Amino acid sequence: MSAELLELTAAQAAERVRSGEVSAAELFDAWRARAGEDELNAYLWLADEPDCDGEGPLGGVPVAVKDLFCTEGVPSAAGSRILEGYRPPYTATVVKRLNGAGAPMLGKTNMDEFAMGSSNENSGFGPVENPWDRSRVPGGSSGGSAAAVAAGLAPWAIGTDTGGSIRQPAALCGIVGLKPTYGACSRYGMIAFASSLDQAGPLTRDVTDAALLFRHMAGRDACDSTSLGLPEEVALPSAERLDGVRFGVPPELSGEGIEPGVRAVFDDTLARIEELGGQVSEVALPHSNEAISAYYLIAPAEASANLARFDGVRYGARAHNGDLLSLYERTREQGFGAEVKRRILIGTYALSSGYYDAYYGRALKVRTKIADDFRAAFERVDLLVTPTSPTVAFGLGEKSGDPLAMYLSDFCTVPMPLAGIPAISIPGGLSEGLPVGVQLAGPAFSENRILDAAHALEHAIGFDGRPAHV
Amino acid sequence: MIDREQVLHVARLARLRLSDEEVERMTGELSSILDHIERISALDLDDVRPTSHVVELENVLRADEPRPSLPRDVALAEAPDSDGRGFRVPSPGA
Repeated sequence: MSAELLELTAAQAAERVRSGEVSAAELFDAWRARAGEDELNAYLWLADEPDCDGEGPLGGVPVAVKDLFCTEGVPSAAGSRILEGYRPPYTATVVKRLNGAGAPMLGKTNMDEFAMGSSNENSGFGPVENPWDRSRVPGGSSGGSAAAVAAGLAPWAIGTDTGGSIRQPAALCGIVGLKPTYGACSRYGMIAFASSLDQAGPLTRDVTDAALLFRHMAGRDACDSTSLGLPEEVALPSAERLDGVRFGVPPELSGEGIEPGVRAVFDDTLARIEELGGQVSEVALPHSNEAISAYYLIAPAEASANLARFDGVRYGARAHNGDLLSLYERTREQGFGAEVKRRILIGTYALSSGYYDAYYGRALKVRTKIADDFRAAFERVDLLVTPTSPTVAFGLGEKSGDPLAMYLSDFCTVPMPLAGIPAISIPGGLSEGLPVGVQLAGPAFSENRILDAAHALEHAIGFDGRPAHV
Repeated sequence: MIDREQVLHVARLARLRLSDEEVERMTGELSSILDHIERISALDLDDVRPTSHVVELENVLRADEPRPSLPRDVALAEAPDSDGRGFRVPSPGA
Protein backbone atom coordinates (compact mmCIF):
# COMPACT_ATOMS: atom_id res chain seq x y z
CA MET A 1 0.00 0.00 0.00
CA SER A 2 2.75 2.44 0.90
CA ALA A 3 4.27 2.51 -2.61
CA GLU A 4 0.90 3.46 -4.06
CA LEU A 5 0.46 6.15 -1.37
CA LEU A 6 3.66 7.83 -2.48
CA GLU A 7 2.33 8.15 -6.04
CA LEU A 8 -0.53 10.41 -4.90
CA THR A 9 -0.33 14.17 -5.06
CA ALA A 10 -0.24 15.81 -1.65
CA ALA A 11 -3.85 17.00 -2.01
CA GLN A 12 -4.97 13.44 -2.83
CA ALA A 13 -3.00 12.01 0.10
CA ALA A 14 -4.53 14.58 2.47
CA GLU A 15 -7.97 13.47 1.24
CA ARG A 16 -7.18 9.80 1.99
CA VAL A 17 -6.19 10.74 5.53
CA ARG A 18 -9.32 12.84 6.04
CA SER A 19 -11.54 10.05 4.77
CA GLY A 20 -9.85 7.63 7.18
CA GLU A 21 -8.46 5.28 4.51
CA VAL A 22 -4.97 5.81 5.83
CA SER A 23 -3.67 7.31 9.05
CA ALA A 24 -1.43 10.36 9.25
CA ALA A 25 1.14 8.21 11.09
CA GLU A 26 1.21 5.60 8.29
CA LEU A 27 1.60 8.35 5.72
CA PHE A 28 4.48 9.91 7.63
CA ASP A 29 6.23 6.56 8.05
CA ALA A 30 5.92 5.78 4.34
CA TRP A 31 7.39 9.16 3.37
CA ARG A 32 10.08 8.99 6.04
CA ALA A 33 11.23 5.62 4.73
CA ARG A 34 11.29 6.97 1.19
CA ALA A 35 13.17 10.15 2.16
CA GLY A 36 15.75 7.95 3.89
CA GLU A 37 16.67 6.55 0.44
CA ASP A 38 17.95 9.96 -0.70
CA GLU A 39 21.06 9.50 -2.84
CA LEU A 40 20.96 13.01 -4.31
CA ASN A 41 22.18 14.87 -1.18
CA ALA A 42 18.80 16.62 -1.21
CA TYR A 43 18.34 16.34 2.57
CA LEU A 44 20.59 17.67 5.31
CA TRP A 45 18.45 16.35 8.18
CA LEU A 46 15.47 13.99 8.49
CA ALA A 47 12.80 13.91 11.20
CA ASP A 48 12.41 10.65 13.12
CA GLU A 49 8.90 11.42 14.29
CA PRO A 50 6.09 13.64 13.04
CA ASP A 51 6.02 16.89 15.04
CA CYS A 52 2.24 17.26 14.81
CA ASP A 53 -0.69 14.85 14.78
CA GLY A 54 -1.78 15.61 11.23
CA GLU A 55 -5.14 17.05 12.30
CA GLY A 56 -6.13 19.80 9.89
CA PRO A 57 -6.61 20.65 6.26
CA LEU A 58 -3.14 19.42 5.25
CA GLY A 59 -4.06 15.99 6.55
CA GLY A 60 -0.69 14.93 7.90
CA VAL A 61 1.09 15.13 4.54
CA PRO A 62 4.69 15.84 5.59
CA VAL A 63 6.59 18.77 4.12
CA ALA A 64 10.29 19.13 3.30
CA VAL A 65 11.65 22.45 4.54
CA LYS A 66 14.55 24.40 3.06
CA ASP A 67 17.43 24.70 5.50
CA LEU A 68 16.99 28.51 5.40
CA PHE A 69 13.98 28.30 7.73
CA CYS A 70 14.70 28.33 11.46
CA THR A 71 13.18 25.31 13.17
CA GLU A 72 13.32 25.07 16.94
CA GLY A 73 15.82 22.53 18.21
CA VAL A 74 16.50 21.24 14.69
CA PRO A 75 19.70 22.05 12.76
CA SER A 76 19.14 25.17 10.62
CA ALA A 77 22.36 26.18 8.88
CA ALA A 78 21.12 27.89 5.68
CA GLY A 79 23.56 25.64 3.84
CA SER A 80 26.52 27.35 5.56
CA ARG A 81 29.43 25.92 7.54
CA ILE A 82 29.33 29.07 9.66
CA LEU A 83 26.01 27.82 11.13
CA GLU A 84 26.84 24.11 11.13
CA GLY A 85 24.96 22.41 13.97
CA TYR A 86 23.07 25.60 14.93
CA ARG A 87 19.74 24.76 16.57
CA PRO A 88 17.54 27.86 16.74
CA PRO A 89 15.40 28.61 19.79
CA TYR A 90 12.33 29.35 17.66
CA THR A 91 10.50 28.27 14.50
CA ALA A 92 9.79 30.33 11.38
CA THR A 93 6.18 31.52 11.13
CA VAL A 94 5.60 29.78 7.79
CA VAL A 95 6.73 26.40 9.15
CA LYS A 96 4.63 26.90 12.28
CA ARG A 97 1.56 27.68 10.17
CA LEU A 98 1.98 24.56 8.05
CA ASN A 99 2.45 22.54 11.19
CA GLY A 100 -0.72 24.00 12.68
CA ALA A 101 -2.60 23.07 9.50
CA GLY A 102 -1.52 19.45 9.89
CA ALA A 103 1.73 19.17 7.92
CA PRO A 104 4.59 17.70 9.96
CA MET A 105 8.17 18.48 8.92
CA LEU A 106 9.78 15.63 6.98
CA GLY A 107 13.29 17.05 6.87
CA LYS A 108 15.53 20.00 6.05
CA THR A 109 16.71 20.36 2.49
CA ASN A 110 20.05 21.30 1.02
CA MET A 111 20.54 24.71 -0.61
CA ASP A 112 23.12 27.17 -1.87
CA GLU A 113 24.80 28.81 1.10
CA PHE A 114 22.54 31.61 2.40
CA ALA A 115 20.43 31.13 -0.77
CA MET A 116 23.17 32.59 -2.97
CA GLY A 117 23.37 30.55 -6.13
CA SER A 118 21.58 29.10 -9.12
CA SER A 119 22.99 25.56 -9.05
CA ASN A 120 23.18 24.38 -5.44
CA GLU A 121 26.94 24.00 -5.93
CA ASN A 122 27.49 26.74 -3.33
CA SER A 123 26.17 24.59 -0.47
CA GLY A 124 28.60 24.17 2.40
CA PHE A 125 27.42 20.57 2.55
CA GLY A 126 28.02 19.43 -1.02
CA PRO A 127 26.01 19.85 -4.21
CA VAL A 128 22.63 18.25 -4.90
CA GLU A 129 22.22 16.05 -7.98
CA ASN A 130 19.36 16.49 -10.44
CA PRO A 131 17.14 13.37 -10.44
CA TRP A 132 16.69 13.65 -14.23
CA ASP A 133 20.43 13.34 -14.79
CA ARG A 134 22.68 12.96 -11.79
CA SER A 135 25.62 14.62 -13.54
CA ARG A 136 23.60 17.85 -13.70
CA VAL A 137 22.63 20.55 -11.21
CA PRO A 138 19.09 20.77 -9.78
CA GLY A 139 19.18 24.57 -9.93
CA GLY A 140 19.24 26.80 -6.92
CA SER A 141 19.10 28.01 -4.40
CA SER A 142 16.17 25.79 -3.31
CA GLY A 143 17.82 22.85 -5.13
CA GLY A 144 17.35 20.31 -2.35
CA SER A 145 13.62 21.06 -2.08
CA ALA A 146 13.17 20.83 -5.87
CA ALA A 147 15.19 17.64 -6.27
CA ALA A 148 13.40 15.97 -3.32
CA VAL A 149 9.96 16.64 -4.82
CA ALA A 150 11.02 15.71 -8.38
CA ALA A 151 12.62 12.46 -7.24
CA GLY A 152 9.59 11.49 -5.14
CA LEU A 153 11.58 11.85 -1.90
CA ALA A 154 9.00 14.34 -0.56
CA PRO A 155 5.34 14.93 -1.35
CA TRP A 156 5.93 18.68 -1.37
CA ALA A 157 8.40 21.22 -0.09
CA ILE A 158 8.88 24.85 0.76
CA GLY A 159 11.67 27.11 -0.41
CA THR A 160 12.52 30.77 -0.72
CA ASP A 161 12.94 32.98 -3.77
CA THR A 162 15.05 36.15 -3.90
CA GLY A 163 15.97 36.28 -7.60
CA GLY A 164 14.50 32.98 -8.82
CA SER A 165 15.47 30.49 -6.11
CA ILE A 166 12.09 28.70 -6.17
CA ARG A 167 11.18 29.05 -9.85
CA GLN A 168 14.50 28.14 -11.47
CA PRO A 169 15.12 24.88 -9.55
CA ALA A 170 11.45 23.97 -10.07
CA ALA A 171 12.01 24.46 -13.82
CA LEU A 172 15.24 22.47 -13.91
CA CYS A 173 13.68 19.59 -11.95
CA GLY A 174 10.33 19.49 -13.79
CA ILE A 175 8.03 20.52 -10.94
CA VAL A 176 5.86 23.51 -9.95
CA GLY A 177 7.30 26.43 -7.96
CA LEU A 178 5.45 29.59 -6.86
CA LYS A 179 7.09 32.82 -5.75
CA PRO A 180 4.30 34.80 -4.05
CA THR A 181 3.84 38.56 -3.93
CA TYR A 182 6.33 40.21 -1.57
CA GLY A 183 4.65 40.34 1.82
CA ALA A 184 2.23 37.46 1.22
CA CYS A 185 4.17 35.17 3.54
CA SER A 186 5.93 36.14 6.74
CA ARG A 187 9.72 36.27 6.60
CA TYR A 188 9.99 35.75 10.37
CA GLY A 189 12.46 32.94 10.98
CA MET A 190 13.82 32.93 7.44
CA ILE A 191 17.56 33.48 7.69
CA ALA A 192 17.79 36.77 5.82
CA PHE A 193 19.59 37.12 2.48
CA ALA A 194 18.08 40.25 0.84
CA SER A 195 15.22 41.45 2.99
CA SER A 196 13.43 43.57 0.37
CA LEU A 197 13.31 40.61 -2.05
CA ASP A 198 13.13 37.36 0.00
CA GLN A 199 9.82 35.50 -0.14
CA ALA A 200 8.82 31.95 0.86
CA GLY A 201 6.78 29.72 -1.43
CA PRO A 202 5.81 26.14 -2.32
CA LEU A 203 7.58 23.58 -4.57
CA THR A 204 5.13 20.86 -5.56
CA ARG A 205 4.25 18.16 -8.07
CA ASP A 206 1.28 20.05 -9.45
CA VAL A 207 -0.48 23.40 -9.38
CA THR A 208 -3.27 22.27 -7.04
CA ASP A 209 -0.71 21.22 -4.44
CA ALA A 210 1.03 24.60 -4.83
CA ALA A 211 -2.26 26.41 -4.15
CA LEU A 212 -3.06 24.22 -1.15
CA LEU A 213 0.34 24.63 0.45
CA PHE A 214 0.50 28.37 -0.29
CA ARG A 215 -2.95 28.86 1.25
CA HIS A 216 -1.57 27.68 4.58
CA MET A 217 1.73 29.59 4.34
CA ALA A 218 0.35 33.05 3.58
CA GLY A 219 -0.97 35.57 6.04
CA ARG A 220 -0.12 38.64 8.04
CA ASP A 221 2.25 38.10 10.94
CA ALA A 222 2.90 40.50 13.80
CA CYS A 223 6.53 39.30 13.82
CA ASP A 224 7.15 40.62 10.26
CA SER A 225 5.97 44.19 9.81
CA THR A 226 6.37 43.88 6.02
CA SER A 227 3.95 40.95 5.83
CA LEU A 228 0.58 41.93 4.44
CA GLY A 229 -1.55 38.84 4.14
CA LEU A 230 -3.65 38.37 1.04
CA PRO A 231 -6.70 40.41 0.02
CA GLU A 232 -8.60 37.20 -0.78
CA GLU A 233 -8.28 33.57 0.27
CA VAL A 234 -6.18 31.32 -1.94
CA ALA A 235 -8.63 29.35 -4.06
CA LEU A 236 -7.92 25.82 -5.25
CA PRO A 237 -7.60 26.23 -9.03
CA SER A 238 -10.23 24.71 -11.29
CA ALA A 239 -9.90 26.43 -14.70
CA GLU A 240 -9.59 24.20 -17.76
CA ARG A 241 -9.85 27.01 -20.33
CA LEU A 242 -8.13 30.36 -20.85
CA ASP A 243 -10.89 32.12 -22.79
CA GLY A 244 -10.39 35.86 -22.83
CA VAL A 245 -7.19 35.78 -20.74
CA ARG A 246 -4.60 38.13 -22.24
CA PHE A 247 -1.00 36.85 -22.16
CA GLY A 248 1.95 39.12 -22.88
CA VAL A 249 5.27 37.79 -24.15
CA PRO A 250 8.18 40.13 -23.32
CA PRO A 251 10.75 39.75 -26.13
CA GLU A 252 13.53 40.77 -23.71
CA LEU A 253 12.93 37.61 -21.64
CA SER A 254 12.09 35.16 -24.40
CA GLY A 255 14.37 35.91 -27.36
CA GLU A 256 18.10 36.41 -27.23
CA GLY A 257 19.93 34.09 -24.86
CA ILE A 258 17.22 31.41 -24.76
CA GLU A 259 18.59 28.10 -26.07
CA PRO A 260 16.69 26.62 -29.05
CA GLY A 261 15.29 23.58 -27.19
CA VAL A 262 13.82 25.82 -24.48
CA ARG A 263 12.44 28.20 -27.08
CA ALA A 264 10.75 25.29 -28.90
CA VAL A 265 8.94 24.19 -25.71
CA PHE A 266 8.04 27.81 -25.03
CA ASP A 267 6.57 28.20 -28.55
CA ASP A 268 4.54 25.01 -28.03
CA THR A 269 3.23 26.52 -24.79
CA LEU A 270 2.14 29.71 -26.54
CA ALA A 271 0.28 27.60 -29.13
CA ARG A 272 -1.34 25.67 -26.29
CA ILE A 273 -2.46 28.93 -24.64
CA GLU A 274 -4.19 29.97 -27.88
CA GLU A 275 -5.81 26.54 -28.25
CA LEU A 276 -7.30 27.05 -24.78
CA GLY A 277 -8.78 30.39 -25.82
CA GLY A 278 -6.10 32.71 -24.46
CA GLN A 279 -4.79 35.68 -26.43
CA VAL A 280 -1.05 36.06 -26.92
CA SER A 281 0.63 39.34 -27.82
CA GLU A 282 4.05 40.88 -27.47
CA VAL A 283 4.56 43.37 -24.65
CA ALA A 284 7.84 45.14 -23.93
CA LEU A 285 9.67 45.30 -20.61
CA PRO A 286 12.33 47.77 -21.80
CA HIS A 287 14.36 47.89 -18.59
CA SER A 288 14.48 44.18 -17.92
CA ASN A 289 17.87 44.01 -19.62
CA GLU A 290 19.19 46.05 -16.71
CA ALA A 291 17.50 43.88 -14.08
CA ILE A 292 20.55 41.64 -13.59
CA SER A 293 22.70 44.70 -12.88
CA ALA A 294 20.21 46.16 -10.42
CA TYR A 295 19.67 42.79 -8.76
CA TYR A 296 23.37 42.03 -8.36
CA LEU A 297 23.84 45.36 -6.59
CA ILE A 298 20.71 45.43 -4.41
CA ALA A 299 20.77 41.81 -3.26
CA PRO A 300 24.51 41.80 -2.32
CA ALA A 301 24.15 45.21 -0.65
CA GLU A 302 21.35 43.92 1.58
CA ALA A 303 23.22 40.65 2.10
CA SER A 304 26.39 42.41 3.21
CA ALA A 305 24.37 44.07 5.98
CA ASN A 306 22.33 40.97 6.88
CA LEU A 307 25.38 38.70 7.06
CA ALA A 308 27.25 41.06 9.40
CA ARG A 309 25.57 39.16 12.25
CA PHE A 310 27.63 36.04 11.55
CA ASP A 311 30.68 37.05 13.54
CA GLY A 312 31.35 34.14 15.87
CA VAL A 313 29.93 35.83 18.99
CA ARG A 314 26.36 34.67 19.60
CA TYR A 315 25.97 31.44 17.62
CA GLY A 316 27.65 29.26 15.06
CA ALA A 317 31.29 28.61 14.44
CA ARG A 318 34.15 30.64 15.96
CA ALA A 319 37.81 30.95 15.03
CA HIS A 320 40.36 33.47 16.28
CA ASN A 321 43.93 34.31 16.81
CA GLY A 322 43.95 36.26 20.05
CA ASP A 323 42.00 39.50 19.73
CA LEU A 324 38.42 40.41 18.90
CA LEU A 325 39.12 41.70 15.38
CA SER A 326 40.77 38.42 14.44
CA LEU A 327 37.74 36.60 15.88
CA TYR A 328 35.44 38.41 13.45
CA GLU A 329 37.76 38.12 10.49
CA ARG A 330 38.86 34.51 10.91
CA THR A 331 35.39 33.23 11.78
CA ARG A 332 34.06 34.78 8.57
CA GLU A 333 37.07 33.70 6.52
CA GLN A 334 36.64 30.07 7.55
CA GLY A 335 32.85 29.94 7.81
CA PHE A 336 31.78 31.53 4.52
CA GLY A 337 32.18 29.95 1.09
CA ALA A 338 33.53 31.73 -1.99
CA GLU A 339 30.19 32.91 -3.41
CA VAL A 340 29.09 34.41 -0.08
CA LYS A 341 32.42 36.25 0.22
CA ARG A 342 32.06 37.50 -3.34
CA ARG A 343 28.61 38.93 -2.65
CA ILE A 344 29.62 40.47 0.65
CA LEU A 345 32.48 42.22 -1.16
CA ILE A 346 30.25 43.46 -4.02
CA GLY A 347 27.61 44.64 -1.57
CA THR A 348 30.06 46.37 0.74
CA TYR A 349 31.70 48.04 -2.25
CA ALA A 350 28.34 49.22 -3.65
CA LEU A 351 27.44 50.75 -0.28
CA SER A 352 30.85 52.21 0.50
CA SER A 353 31.64 55.89 0.62
CA GLY A 354 32.25 57.31 -2.85
CA TYR A 355 30.46 54.49 -4.69
CA TYR A 356 27.02 54.54 -3.07
CA ASP A 357 25.39 56.94 -5.54
CA ALA A 358 26.94 55.36 -8.63
CA TYR A 359 26.02 51.81 -7.68
CA TYR A 360 23.41 51.24 -4.97
CA GLY A 361 21.62 54.57 -5.53
CA ARG A 362 21.32 53.99 -9.28
CA ALA A 363 20.25 50.38 -8.79
CA LEU A 364 17.29 51.57 -6.68
CA LYS A 365 16.25 53.88 -9.52
CA VAL A 366 16.51 51.08 -12.06
CA ARG A 367 14.27 49.11 -9.72
CA THR A 368 11.64 51.84 -10.04
CA LYS A 369 11.88 51.65 -13.85
CA ILE A 370 11.45 47.88 -13.78
CA ALA A 371 8.37 48.13 -11.56
CA ASP A 372 6.98 50.84 -13.89
CA ASP A 373 7.52 48.54 -16.91
CA PHE A 374 5.47 45.81 -15.23
CA ARG A 375 2.72 48.27 -14.28
CA ALA A 376 2.47 49.44 -17.88
CA ALA A 377 2.45 45.86 -19.17
CA PHE A 378 -0.37 44.83 -16.85
CA GLU A 379 -2.52 47.63 -18.23
CA ARG A 380 -2.48 45.74 -21.51
CA VAL A 381 -2.34 42.07 -20.47
CA ASP A 382 -3.49 39.93 -17.55
CA LEU A 383 -0.39 37.77 -17.28
CA LEU A 384 3.13 37.66 -18.67
CA VAL A 385 4.57 34.40 -19.96
CA THR A 386 8.29 33.66 -20.38
CA PRO A 387 10.68 30.73 -20.16
CA THR A 388 11.80 30.30 -16.52
CA SER A 389 15.41 29.51 -17.35
CA PRO A 390 17.28 30.12 -20.61
CA THR A 391 18.69 26.59 -20.52
CA VAL A 392 17.85 23.15 -19.22
CA ALA A 393 19.81 21.86 -16.22
CA PHE A 394 23.53 22.30 -16.86
CA GLY A 395 26.35 20.00 -15.82
CA LEU A 396 27.79 20.00 -12.30
CA GLY A 397 30.94 22.13 -12.49
CA GLU A 398 30.06 23.53 -15.91
CA LYS A 399 29.50 27.13 -14.78
CA SER A 400 30.92 27.19 -11.26
CA GLY A 401 34.20 28.73 -12.45
CA ASP A 402 32.49 31.74 -14.03
CA PRO A 403 30.35 33.66 -11.53
CA LEU A 404 29.25 36.30 -14.03
CA ALA A 405 27.93 33.66 -16.46
CA MET A 406 26.02 32.10 -13.56
CA TYR A 407 24.49 35.50 -12.64
CA LEU A 408 23.48 36.23 -16.22
CA SER A 409 21.56 32.94 -16.43
CA ASP A 410 19.04 34.42 -13.94
CA PHE A 411 17.71 37.03 -16.35
CA CYS A 412 14.21 35.52 -16.72
CA THR A 413 13.53 35.41 -12.98
CA VAL A 414 15.15 38.49 -11.35
CA PRO A 415 12.81 41.21 -12.68
CA MET A 416 9.74 39.93 -10.76
CA PRO A 417 11.12 40.09 -7.20
CA LEU A 418 12.56 43.54 -7.95
CA ALA A 419 8.94 44.60 -8.57
CA GLY A 420 7.57 42.41 -5.75
CA ILE A 421 5.15 40.60 -8.07
CA PRO A 422 4.19 36.90 -8.01
CA ALA A 423 5.25 34.32 -10.59
CA ILE A 424 4.96 30.58 -11.02
CA SER A 425 7.05 28.07 -12.96
CA ILE A 426 5.35 24.97 -14.35
CA PRO A 427 6.86 22.24 -16.51
CA GLY A 428 6.26 22.92 -20.21
CA GLY A 429 7.86 19.81 -21.67
CA LEU A 430 11.25 18.26 -22.30
CA SER A 431 14.30 19.30 -24.30
CA GLU A 432 17.09 16.73 -24.68
CA GLY A 433 15.20 14.62 -22.14
CA LEU A 434 15.38 17.38 -19.51
CA PRO A 435 12.53 19.51 -18.15
CA VAL A 436 11.84 23.03 -19.42
CA GLY A 437 9.98 25.49 -17.20
CA VAL A 438 7.41 28.05 -18.31
CA GLN A 439 6.88 31.10 -16.11
CA LEU A 440 3.61 33.00 -15.61
CA ALA A 441 3.78 36.35 -13.80
CA GLY A 442 0.99 38.69 -12.75
CA PRO A 443 0.41 41.90 -10.81
CA ALA A 444 0.82 41.99 -7.02
CA PHE A 445 -1.68 39.68 -5.26
CA SER A 446 -2.86 38.03 -8.48
CA GLU A 447 -1.91 34.57 -7.19
CA ASN A 448 -5.40 33.16 -7.77
CA ARG A 449 -5.34 34.33 -11.39
CA ILE A 450 -1.85 32.86 -11.89
CA LEU A 451 -2.77 29.54 -10.25
CA ASP A 452 -5.94 29.21 -12.31
CA ALA A 453 -4.13 29.86 -15.61
CA ALA A 454 -1.30 27.54 -14.60
CA HIS A 455 -3.85 24.83 -13.78
CA ALA A 456 -5.51 25.06 -17.19
CA LEU A 457 -2.14 25.03 -18.93
CA GLU A 458 -0.84 22.15 -16.81
CA HIS A 459 -3.79 19.98 -17.82
CA ALA A 460 -3.39 20.83 -21.50
CA ILE A 461 0.35 20.09 -21.40
CA GLY A 462 -0.04 16.83 -19.50
CA PHE A 463 3.61 16.75 -18.42
CA ASP A 464 4.76 13.39 -17.04
CA GLY A 465 6.53 14.58 -13.93
CA ARG A 466 8.60 11.53 -13.13
CA PRO A 467 12.25 11.27 -14.17
CA ALA A 468 12.63 8.10 -16.24
CA HIS A 469 14.91 6.18 -13.90
CA VAL A 470 13.34 7.10 -10.55
CA MET B 1 37.17 47.83 -12.61
CA ILE B 2 38.30 47.24 -9.09
CA ASP B 3 41.93 46.85 -8.08
CA ARG B 4 43.71 44.79 -5.45
CA GLU B 5 43.90 47.65 -2.95
CA GLN B 6 40.16 48.34 -3.23
CA VAL B 7 39.37 44.66 -2.67
CA LEU B 8 41.52 44.66 0.46
CA HIS B 9 39.87 47.89 1.66
CA VAL B 10 36.35 46.50 1.14
CA ALA B 11 37.33 43.20 2.79
CA ARG B 12 38.50 45.12 5.86
CA LEU B 13 35.22 47.06 5.97
CA ALA B 14 33.35 43.74 5.81
CA ARG B 15 35.55 42.11 8.48
CA LEU B 16 36.53 39.45 5.99
CA ARG B 17 40.04 38.03 5.91
CA LEU B 18 41.11 36.91 2.45
CA SER B 19 44.08 34.75 1.51
CA ASP B 20 46.48 36.10 -1.13
CA GLU B 21 45.03 33.65 -3.60
CA GLU B 22 41.49 34.86 -2.80
CA VAL B 23 42.46 38.52 -3.23
CA GLU B 24 43.88 37.68 -6.63
CA ARG B 25 40.82 35.73 -7.76
CA MET B 26 38.23 38.15 -6.31
CA THR B 27 39.94 41.12 -7.98
CA GLY B 28 39.48 39.52 -11.39
CA GLU B 29 35.97 38.20 -10.75
CA LEU B 30 34.64 41.40 -9.17
CA SER B 31 36.09 43.45 -12.02
CA SER B 32 34.25 41.50 -14.67
CA ILE B 33 31.02 41.55 -12.63
CA LEU B 34 31.27 45.31 -12.01
CA ASP B 35 32.10 45.95 -15.68
CA HIS B 36 28.81 44.31 -16.59
CA ILE B 37 26.87 46.06 -13.83
CA GLU B 38 28.17 49.44 -14.98
CA ARG B 39 25.78 49.23 -17.91
CA ILE B 40 23.31 51.04 -15.67
CA SER B 41 25.52 54.15 -15.73
CA ALA B 42 24.37 54.70 -19.34
CA LEU B 43 20.70 55.13 -18.32
CA ASP B 44 19.18 58.55 -17.77
CA LEU B 45 17.83 58.26 -14.23
CA ASP B 46 17.98 61.86 -13.06
CA ASP B 47 14.27 62.31 -12.36
CA VAL B 48 13.58 58.78 -11.17
CA ARG B 49 12.77 58.21 -7.52
CA PRO B 50 14.57 55.28 -5.90
CA THR B 51 12.67 52.16 -4.77
CA SER B 52 14.17 50.63 -1.66
CA HIS B 53 11.04 48.67 -0.89
CA VAL B 54 8.21 47.52 -3.16
CA VAL B 55 5.43 47.67 -0.63
CA GLU B 56 4.08 51.08 0.27
CA LEU B 57 3.87 50.71 4.02
CA GLU B 58 2.92 53.15 6.70
CA ASN B 59 4.63 52.64 10.03
CA VAL B 60 3.39 49.45 11.62
CA LEU B 61 2.76 50.11 15.30
CA ARG B 62 1.76 48.02 18.27
CA ALA B 63 0.99 48.77 21.88
CA ASP B 64 4.12 49.05 24.05
CA GLU B 65 3.21 46.30 26.47
CA PRO B 66 5.72 44.13 28.33
CA ARG B 67 5.64 40.45 27.39
CA PRO B 68 7.96 37.49 27.95
CA SER B 69 11.15 37.46 25.93
CA LEU B 70 13.68 34.72 25.23
CA PRO B 71 15.05 33.45 28.57
CA ARG B 72 18.71 34.27 29.01
CA ASP B 73 19.89 30.66 29.20
CA VAL B 74 18.10 29.87 25.92
CA ALA B 75 19.60 32.92 24.23
CA LEU B 76 23.08 31.87 25.39
CA ALA B 77 22.67 28.17 24.62
CA GLU B 78 24.16 28.36 21.11
CA ALA B 79 27.00 30.72 21.98
CA PRO B 80 30.51 29.49 21.16
CA ASP B 81 31.62 30.88 24.54
CA SER B 82 29.51 32.17 27.43
CA ASP B 83 29.94 32.74 31.15
CA GLY B 84 26.26 32.02 31.79
CA ARG B 85 25.39 35.73 31.93
CA GLY B 86 26.65 36.99 28.60
CA PHE B 87 28.66 36.22 25.49
CA ARG B 88 32.39 35.97 26.15
CA VAL B 89 34.85 37.35 23.61
CA PRO B 90 38.58 38.11 23.67
CA SER B 91 39.64 41.64 24.52
CA PRO B 92 39.56 44.08 21.61
CA GLY B 93 43.02 45.22 22.56
CA ALA B 94 44.70 41.86 23.17
